[in-house]
Amino acid sequence: MSVEVAKKAATFDCRDAFASTLAEMAAVDERVCAVVNDSVGSTKLKAFSGRFPKRFVNVGIAEQNMVGASAGLANGGMIPFCCGASCFLMARSMEQVKVDLGYAKNNVKLCGMSSGMAYGELGPTHHSIEDLAWTRVIPNLMVVVPVDPVETRAAMLWARDYVGPVFLRISRMPVPRILPDDFVFEPGKAITLRHGNDVALLANGVLVIRALEAAELLHAQGIEARVLNMSSMAPIDRAAVIAAAKETRGIVTVEEASVYGGLGGAVAEIVADEHPTRVKRLGVPGVFAPTGSAKFLLEYFGLTTHGIQSAAIDLLRTVAAG
Amino acid sequence: MNTTQIEEMKGTQDRLRKASRAVRMHALEMVHHSRLGHPGGDLSCADVLVTLYLAVMRIDPKNPQWPDRDRFIMSKGHCSAALYATLAAAAILDETDLKIFMDPLSKLNGHPDRNKVAGVEANTGPLGHGMPIAMGCALAAKMQGSSWRTFVLTGDGELQEGSNWEAAMCAAQYKLDNLVLIVDRNRIQQGDFTENIINMNPMGDKWRAFGWSVVEVDGHDYGELLHVLGSVPAYPGKPTCVIANTIKGRGVSFMENKPEWHHGIPTDVQLAVAIDELMRDGQ
Repeated sequence: MSVEVAKKAATFDCRDAFASTLAEMAAVDERVCAVVNDSVGSTKLKAFSGRFPKRFVNVGIAEQNMVGASAGLANGGMIPFCCGASCFLMARSMEQVKVDLGYAKNNVKLCGMSSGMAYGELGPTHHSIEDLAWTRVIPNLMVVVPVDPVETRAAMLWARDYVGPVFLRISRMPVPRILPDDFVFEPGKAITLRHGNDVALLANGVLVIRALEAAELLHAQGIEARVLNMSSMAPIDRAAVIAAAKETRGIVTVEEASVYGGLGGAVAEIVADEHPTRVKRLGVPGVFAPTGSAKFLLEYFGLTTHGIQSAAIDLLRTVAAG
Repeated sequence: MNTTQIEEMKGTQDRLRKASRAVRMHALEMVHHSRLGHPGGDLSCADVLVTLYLAVMRIDPKNPQWPDRDRFIMSKGHCSAALYATLAAAAILDETDLKIFMDPLSKLNGHPDRNKVAGVEANTGPLGHGMPIAMGCALAAKMQGSSWRTFVLTGDGELQEGSNWEAAMCAAQYKLDNLVLIVDRNRIQQGDFTENIINMNPMGDKWRAFGWSVVEVDGHDYGELLHVLGSVPAYPGKPTCVIANTIKGRGVSFMENKPEWHHGIPTDVQLAVAIDELMRDGQ
C-alpha cells in the first residue's frame, strides 16, 4: 500500500483520537464497551464513562482481572476495548493475553496507552519497550502500532469489525498527521510513505515521522530512502520486507522499543529466511533506560532524525566496503 | 414438598447418581488410556458437574452456542476428563469421542479448548483464569439486560492465585448476583493437603469479607446441590459462593483423600478395582 504523505505541522496526542473513536463506535454499536484498570485519566475515557456508564467497566487496579473479564465480556457478545497503560496492561496480564485472548481467540481489543518510553522520567517500571516482542509471538493476536491520529481511528474501526484479539499500541507523544483522512487500515500491509531504492527505513509509531525527515536529509545528500510505515506488526508484511531487502542496499529499522524481538527482530528474521541483507536495528539496545524525558531518551538512544540519517549512511558505507 | 414433588426429586437424584457414576468411570478410563490426567479432582467435582449440566443450567445440547445459554466456566481445567465426560452425559459431546482423550491431534486436549470442543466456554489450565472470565460473562449479561447466568468451578488450592480475588472484589462491586462460584473444596492440591501448603481457612469468611453471599454444601449430596444451585442468587445483589465440601478421589476407596491421586495414574488392576467399586457404589 502506498499513500501520499499528508504531513501537517500541528501535532496530536493519539489518545484523543482513540477516545473520540471509541465514543463514536459506542454510539452506533451497543456491543462496544470499555474496560479499564482505574486508568480513566491515562486513557482519556472520562467523557466516555459519563456518556456510556453501563458500558464502562472499571475493574480497579487489577490487570489480570481486566483482561480475563474482557474475555468473558466477549464470550457474552460484547466487543470490549480493554484499556490501560501499556506497561501494566501487557506485562501484568501476559498469561491472560496468551491464553484467554490468543489461544482462546476471544474478541478483545487491547489498547495499550503511553507505550514505549512515553512515561520518560517515571522510569523503566513505566516504560513498555518489551510489549512488541511479547505480543508478536502469540498466535492469533493482531498487533498494530498506529502512526498518527488518522491511523489510530482507522485501526480501531477495523478492530471493531475484525473478530478476534487485537493489540493496539498507542502512544501519548505528539505526532503530526501523516496519513490522508480517507485512509483505511489493512492488517498485514506495510504503507509506503516514500519511494527509494538506495536504503529502506522501516519504522512504526511515533518514530515514522523522524524516518520521513531523515529520508529528506538523505535525499539532499543524493541518497533515496524508501520509507515504510510498519504499523501492522502481526501479521507483518513479509512481501514488503523482502522487496526492501531485494531492491535496496540495506534496511534500517526504527522503533520505540527494544531492538530485540520487535520490528527489528521481525525484519531480521524475514531477511535471514528469505533474502539475507544488511540490517541495522535502531531502538533501545537491551538496557533499562536512564532517567529522562521521553524526548531526551529518544535522543539518548539515537532515535532522532539525524540518528536515523547517520545509521543509514553508516549502513551504506559498510555495504560498500563489502 | 408434596408427594409428586418428592417423587420427582427422587427421580432427578437417581438420574444424577447414574450420570455421575458414568462420568467417574469415563474419567478414570480416559486417564488410564492417556496415562495423563488428574483423577482425584475429576472424582471430587463429578457430582457438581452433572448437577449443573443435567438439572440446573439452561442449555440446549443441540445448540451449544445459543446466546442466552447459562455459561459454565471450568476454571480447574486440569480436570478436563470429568468435564468432557459430563459434556457427553449432557449429549453435547459424542460419548465415543471420550476414547481419544489426549491422543495425537485429538480435539480432547489435556486442558479444554473452546475452539475444538462445543460446549467448552473457556480455555483453562493455568489456574486463576476462570473467575475473571466468569465475572466478565456476568457483566455482559447485566449490560444486555439478559437473564442467563454464569457458573464457575474452581479448585480450593486454585484460590491461592491472586487473580481470583481481583475478580471477587469486582464482582461484588458490580453486584453480580447472576454469578455463581462453586469451590471444589476437596482440601488437597498437587503437593499436599491445602492446609499444609497455604491455609485456606476460614474460606467462607474470606468470601463473605469480599462481599459475596456464601453457602456451604456437601458436594456429593444431590439434594443439597439441587436446592442451593437451584435457588441462586442466595442473596439479591450479591454474587454467590457455594463451597462444595468434597472428597478428592470420591468413589474409589484407595484414591479417597490421598494427595498422590491428584495426578496419579491407575494401573490396569487399579482401574479394574476402581470401576468395580464405582459399579457397586450406591446400589
